[in-house]
Amino acid sequence: MKEAMASEEIVIKIENLCKRFGNNEVLKGFNMVLKKGENLVVMGKSGSGKSVMIKCLVGLIGPDSGIIEVLGKEIDQLDQMELDELRSDIGFLFQGSALYDSMTVRENLEFPMRRHRKKFEGTTDTLPLVREALENVGLAHTMDLMPAELSGGMKRRVALARAIILKPKLILYDEPTSGLDPITAKEIIELMRSIQKKYGTSALIITHDVDCARVISERMILLVEGVNYAEGTYEELIRSQDPKVNAFFKK
Amino acid sequence: MDVKFNMVQKTKHFFEEIGDLSFFAARFFKQAVNPPFEFKELLRQCYQVGNRSLLLVMTTGFIIGLVLTLQTRPTLIEFGAVSWMPNMVGISIVREVGPVITALICSGKIASGFGAELGSMKVTEQIDAMEVSGTNPFKYLVVTRILAATLMLPLLVIFGDLIALYGSSLVEFFKGNVSFRLYFNKVFEALSFGDLIPATIKSFFFGFVIGLTGCYKGYKTGRGTAGVGIAANTAVVMASLLLFVVDFVAVFVSDIFYEL
Repeated sequence: MKEAMASEEIVIKIENLCKRFGNNEVLKGFNMVLKKGENLVVMGKSGSGKSVMIKCLVGLIGPDSGIIEVLGKEIDQLDQMELDELRSDIGFLFQGSALYDSMTVRENLEFPMRRHRKKFEGTTDTLPLVREALENVGLAHTMDLMPAELSGGMKRRVALARAIILKPKLILYDEPTSGLDPITAKEIIELMRSIQKKYGTSALIITHDVDCARVISERMILLVEGVNYAEGTYEELIRSQDPKVNAFFKK
Repeated sequence: MDVKFNMVQKTKHFFEEIGDLSFFAARFFKQAVNPPFEFKELLRQCYQVGNRSLLLVMTTGFIIGLVLTLQTRPTLIEFGAVSWMPNMVGISIVREVGPVITALICSGKIASGFGAELGSMKVTEQIDAMEVSGTNPFKYLVVTRILAATLMLPLLVIFGDLIALYGSSLVEFFKGNVSFRLYFNKVFEALSFGDLIPATIKSFFFGFVIGLTGCYKGYKTGRGTAGVGIAANTAVVMASLLLFVVDFVAVFVSDIFYEL
């Protein structure tokens, strides 16, 4: 069922990433490579450093040491303008959707476009782009609603539409199904797959939802105590005899 | 030993907080003068700050004017100086009572609002989302709010002062049979630019302090919903305290100019 689209072109390369907060060493030399068109899932327990790692990728958190390359650019070598430019090629779906409360759905989707007008040269009317993004997630009718008027699943879908509005090459998903009921979670996973198919994006998915990982991953990394503990396809990992690996998959 | 340790910790925390706030203020000045400028958001914030506080400021001003006049009247009658009422009320409201009361009301309304709003945006990762989308959240959220509070507070003070004087004139009209025209003539005769200018300059600083502390507390909120409540609460306490410090400095400085 999974589309084997990955090429050899590298989209994300992380080498020996370390990050500590006070005495708490969260990442202790994490390594990772994401290839173009690939869906890579990083799994780990709460507090294992998954969200810190994904925030380092977009420059929200600075690493203590290590190299992070995204779309061929080393993150900590970029100035603010270059970082913003790079961010226009990255979609980010936040764990709690992170929709702006004081704006309508339409304004939420238009917000990323205000700084990246270059990408839409010749387009003065943003409405068709907003409508297209919302149609992709089946919520074109919610354009004038406020986030408070949406259900949890709808908020996540609007956030997904916002993540794809700039037509990114890479989408980062931070716990895309957390806090959702199984049916809505399945809908979100289907949407993620259809978006990847439509736009040919690469995706890095941070999750501890095994069902999500099983359906969407082409390759998985288990993050344990700040390092990549195991790596492989879902089938390979589920057959592992390692007790720490088994602990993730046993219900 | 514990008490001594706690005292040291609290003192250390106090100075750290002052240091952090100073860095935050320095960051504001740096970002406020560098493009791009968020004019649309600034106008929206000015409207929000002004519109949300106007009714409250006017109500409070009206009551302060009434109460100040009613409380002072018997004493002035006793000394045969009731005809000085408009002069006394006018000067005290314009120079001190109006700006301070308006600023305190606004610190409760605006600083807590900024603290809670930015705090909840931080906790729900909206600020991170803004940064990822290429917008500088400090410039968009903080600079606009501090500027709006700084610009709107003097206007609110003027409205508050006028309503307080109107309240006072009502008491004089009903109790002392003084016409509105006579009352306001005496008020404006008593006032000089030396009263108006320091009060107006002081109001800008009050607005800045309110915006700064509200945004500082909200922007630095710790994770979790409990942090939002703490941010709103401490923003009000800190802003109110700083208002009195600023007021003392302003009065002290203007006093030096009077003596010159």
